[in-house]
Amino acid sequence: MPDLSSIAPAGVVETLQDHWHTLLDGLKVTLELSVFGGAVAFVVAVVLGLAAISRLAVVRTVSRIIVEFFRGTSLVVQLFVLVYVLPQATSVGSHPLLFCVIALGLNYGAYGSEVVRGSLNAVPPGQWETTTALSMSWLTKIRRVIWPQAWALMLPGLNNLMVMLVKGTAIALFIGLPDLTSVGDDLRKSGVDAWTVYGISFVLYYLAALAFSAFLRHLEVRAQRRLGIRPSKVKTAQATAEAVA
Amino acid sequence: MPTDKTDGAGAPDLSKQSGAAVQTGPDFDGNGRPRIAFEDVSKQFGKNVVLNDLNFNVAKGERVTLIGPSGSGKTTILRLLMTLEELSGGFIYVDGDPLTHRKNDAGKRVAMKPKEISVIRKRIGMVFQQFNLFPNMSVIENITEAPIHVLGQSKDEAREKAKKLLDQVGLGDRAEEHPTRLSGGQQQRVAIARALAMEPEILLLDEVTSALDPELVGDVLGVLRDVANSTDITMLLVTHEMQFARDVSHRVMMFDAGHIIEEAEPDAMFSDPQHERTKKFLQAIL
Repeated sequence: MPDLSSIAPAGVVETLQDHWHTLLDGLKVTLELSVFGGAVAFVVAVVLGLAAISRLAVVRTVSRIIVEFFRGTSLVVQLFVLVYVLPQATSVGSHPLLFCVIALGLNYGAYGSEVVRGSLNAVPPGQWETTTALSMSWLTKIRRVIWPQAWALMLPGLNNLMVMLVKGTAIALFIGLPDLTSVGDDLRKSGVDAWTVYGISFVLYYLAALAFSAFLRHLEVRAQRRLGIRPSKVKTAQATAEAVA
Repeated sequence: MPTDKTDGAGAPDLSKQSGAAVQTGPDFDGNGRPRIAFEDVSKQFGKNVVLNDLNFNVAKGERVTLIGPSGSGKTTILRLLMTLEELSGGFIYVDGDPLTHRKNDAGKRVAMKPKEISVIRKRIGMVFQQFNLFPNMSVIENITEAPIHVLGQSKDEAREKAKKLLDQVGLGDRAEEHPTRLSGGQQQRVAIARALAMEPEILLLDEVTSALDPELVGDVLGVLRDVANSTDITMLLVTHEMQFARDVSHRVMMFDAGHIIEEAEPDAMFSDPQHERTKKFLQAIL
């Protein structure tokens, strides 16, 4: 990579040449945690968000308690409980990657449920009333009318959370998973220049976050278009930048 | 049944019985059951009592206009019928069937289950002041959505019926358009077609022209006139369009503070109001 060497500090090119395999493995773990953690978080957010607007007080209360618990306690402690307490107390065995995905999913899902709830509530009351006037069942009104509108509203908030989740996957370090942060740290310990290692990490995290954010913004644009809103390209770029920042 | 569907002059026989015979519940009169019966209906929002022991009947095919100052409870009556508000007390019957609450064997008032309510509610349709078209669907999808997913019609059947309805409201060429590209008057005509697609026995019209620019009101009222003249759908209207009320309704009920203070055929009501409050109200708006 001759061009890169002329602009980048010499150590960066060398480090990349020597350790790209290690770094790539770390990035892979980070991306796995992001994708699966994000997927679990999304499911949790939708279920808890819908439960939060249920007609049944019991369902609302249960949702509230779960959300408060996972938002109000430390993600790291939640992770430790899963990794160190659960295998002792039960016979589920030890699955660090899976436990990390679950911890991320529950924690960010709890935050996400607030975004989902807020977006569902932000769909104008007239839309809800019309679904009642047309005698739609709960499932039909949510699936066909309310959700497509709430979806466009919730994507900016979910986008923010997704970017935070990508960066938050670094807690994997605490339980010894070889993610990007972890392998970077190991490289530093093995004598590679700290600035170089962390600089590379910064860039890789940023690019990963950017990719997820751009994808979600793409979904947002599509959802808006279906509602007859024409999003501008400038706004798209701006929203992506804001989400990553 | 209405004997006269076209000129609106001959009010169906049951229209004069309001408030009187509604004591014992569903099966109270010999001439067939009224389409709508309110029995001791109360509604309060917090401490604010909007309706208190309201009784009236609406006959099959009858078209009734509710007038009165804002806050007099007109819209609340429509919303109670559409089950958008919960009844605080009393009963509403549709064709003699309880809508949201019924008396159990011991004569106690009990709330019905959502499933039971939805069966009766399907007989009722409503058009709102703000149109409320679904922005995530095209014009024709707005109309076919409920027939497909609620009535179980096939997509083809629903689309065919929707196209006829769109022709009827003068928007046959806008079927695939997005609702936001339509004017307010056109959106409201789609909303009327959407309500009619459910083939309701009762149509509730809640100030359907109040949000429209004056020049768009005529088209919407024209469509409603057609519906009134070509079907025997029972209609309950809240409107400030007095000429329209006069033309299409069999009966006008004047509300004040949740009570019917006067009711009459439209000609009598508008030319010779009896109650002082009605006179003042009509003077103010005519």
